[in-house]
Amino acid sequence: MRNLLALTRNETLKVLRKRRFFVVILILLILIPTFVYGQYTTEQRLLAKVGTTDWRAQLQQQITDQEHRMQSPALPDEQKKIMQLQVEQQKYYLDRNINPKATGATTFTRFFMQYGVSLFLPLLVIVIATDIVSSEHSEGTIKLLLTRPVKRWKILLSKYLTLLIYTTLTVMITMVACYAISGLFFGFQGWDAPMFTGFQISGGTFDASQVKVLPHWQLLLMNYGLGWISTIVVATLSFMVSVLVRGTAAGMGVMLAVLIGGNILVQLAADFPIAKYIFTSHLRLTDYVNGTPLPIPDVTLPFSLCILGLWLVGGLIVSFITFTRRDVLA
Amino acid sequence: MNSRTEVFLLTRTSPAVALSVQGLQKTIGKRTIIRNVSFDVHQGEVFGFLGPNGAGKTTTIRMIVGLIAPTAGRICIGGHDVRSEFIEAMRNVGCIVENPELYKYMTGWQNLEHFAAMLGDVTDERIQEVVQLVKMDARIHDKVKTYSLGMRQRLGIAQALLGRPKLLILDEPTNGLDPAGIRELREFIRKLAAEEGLAVFVSSHMLAEVQMMCDRVAILSGGEIVKVTSVEEIVANGVNRVEWNVEPVETARRVLAEALGADNVQQIAATKLIASLTQTETASLNEKLIGAGVSIYSVTVQNQLEELFLEITGGESIA
Ligand SMILES: Nc1ncnc2c1ncn2[C@@H]1O[C@H](COP(=O)(O)OP(=O)(O)OP(=O)(O)O)[C@@H](O)[C@H]1O
Ligand SMILES: [Mg+2]
Repeated sequence: MRNLLALTRNETLKVLRKRRFFVVILILLILIPTFVYGQYTTEQRLLAKVGTTDWRAQLQQQITDQEHRMQSPALPDEQKKIMQLQVEQQKYYLDRNINPKATGATTFTRFFMQYGVSLFLPLLVIVIATDIVSSEHSEGTIKLLLTRPVKRWKILLSKYLTLLIYTTLTVMITMVACYAISGLFFGFQGWDAPMFTGFQISGGTFDASQVKVLPHWQLLLMNYGLGWISTIVVATLSFMVSVLVRGTAAGMGVMLAVLIGGNILVQLAADFPIAKYIFTSHLRLTDYVNGTPLPIPDVTLPFSLCILGLWLVGGLIVSFITFTRRDVLA
Repeated sequence: MNSRTEVFLLTRTSPAVALSVQGLQKTIGKRTIIRNVSFDVHQGEVFGFLGPNGAGKTTTIRMIVGLIAPTAGRICIGGHDVRSEFIEAMRNVGCIVENPELYKYMTGWQNLEHFAAMLGDVTDERIQEVVQLVKMDARIHDKVKTYSLGMRQRLGIAQALLGRPKLLILDEPTNGLDPAGIRELREFIRKLAAEEGLAVFVSSHMLAEVQMMCDRVAILSGGEIVKVTSVEEIVANGVNRVEWNVEPVETARRVLAEALGADNVQQIAATKLIASLTQTETASLNEKLIGAGVSIYSVTVQNQLEELFLEITGGESIA
């Protein structure tokens, strides 16, 4: 155990000293402010067009309209419940003088994960993941690493733990940086705004029976939790590729092709039966809590988690078997 | 006690054998690269592993340190089987396989710390000690990418010595060293063997180098051991070019031709004859010459290590 700790410390130090994690953070620190600024200018332009004062009146009007419609006896109970929730949400904004159409730091941070989870975050993760084993081969240091009195599986496990640490850090830093930077532009308010979650599509129809109201910060954490699961799966599969190939560039190439190919597949051929079993189709786990339907039909959160779990376990098995048995020839 | 346990105890407790290789074989694809290689390396000796390019030295070393699995055969380090008791076996070994590749983006010291952590029980004082041993104090806190090849070799050796191994394995360690560096390394290796009782296993493709550094040598050619002997024996039985400065030259020529065949004896100057023969033959021929009344002014023996090496290894080019 002490041994594993020392090994993991070695590996984390190597990633730090190699400056790979710096690159990841640098990318985040350049891209997030760019997106924030883009969003900010769009909103300013919109504001100039629409005018600042009339959103309260509009919102008040909406609430009255909706309350009116809820009186109708023809309305099904399901529908009524949703409208009730929407009214509550609108009242919240009105009471706190927040324009619901304007972005807050919480919304921006959530959107960043929602849109980044299928491609942007995986790309960040593979920077470290594809390098962590293959570089030992390409630099020849594997010969020293594997001739020390330590079992091979322990060395690989320490590398995997290191990867988990940096992947988790990447997700956390993304959240903190998004919130901090966007908060400067949009304000930090709105974190306790009531949000809906639990929309379902069952049998092709909209099912609102599971709809719940959550404070926004909880929804945000759910998004980041699910996004974390997706990135861990991508990290594990990149790790496997890193074990299988001998160079970082080759590993990056393979993972880029897989990720981009997978994204295209989901968009072009979502009802292709095999698409359901490919991990890239399930990376947008966040869609389940945000109420936007997943691009592939007839899937549920447990099903997606199962598929991702199988890929993760498969990737680990291949990695460990290959690494512990393979001849180190070059 | 039955005979099985007796054999077991013998191999386990005999302290003299640091490395034992038995019936080693490696087949990659359809090619058999190593064929039935066996030898023992004893504690306190410098053991040379000599062979031309492509003979299979590096492949054998990779098997010894557990980087690749043998197709057949058994390797024991300090009595521990490398396959079944990897950890115990590797505790006794320090090695450099081919080039001393270390982490270029870290300093020499950080590299040593890295490998010390893998061993578990190495103190900072020990790291300092090995740094001084290989005379790297001045540059140890610089990044390895700024080191010259010779400095990397030194750092590689420092790394190999960290865990106070009983067996040191060096694959062509003089690669990239200047003459002063080679000499220093040679003396260093001899010192380690003599003073600390280390067994040192050195691969090389130069007989002259092995002759100066090693006690015993295994000669490898085309993946097979040609012989395992002491270096003196090879030189003594190998063919040398001998030059006699004698008078009268005709008598001498007749005596030599009688013993060695007329083709072998050549006159290169008024009083000078040359012939190819072994060291032992040289002594007996000198007696015969004197017996025949020939005055010998001088006898020059030129070690023809290169030819000797080619002869032993069959002079083949890369297999
Ligand atoms: N990965 C491999 N696949 C197939 N054959 C290999 C492989 N690696 C080495 N060989 C072959 O094994 C033989 C021995 O190679 P090895 O590297 O052990 O030689 P060596 O004695 O160390 O030579 P050198 O003095 O050049 O370092 C060579 O014929 C080589 O072609
Ligand atoms: Mg070699």
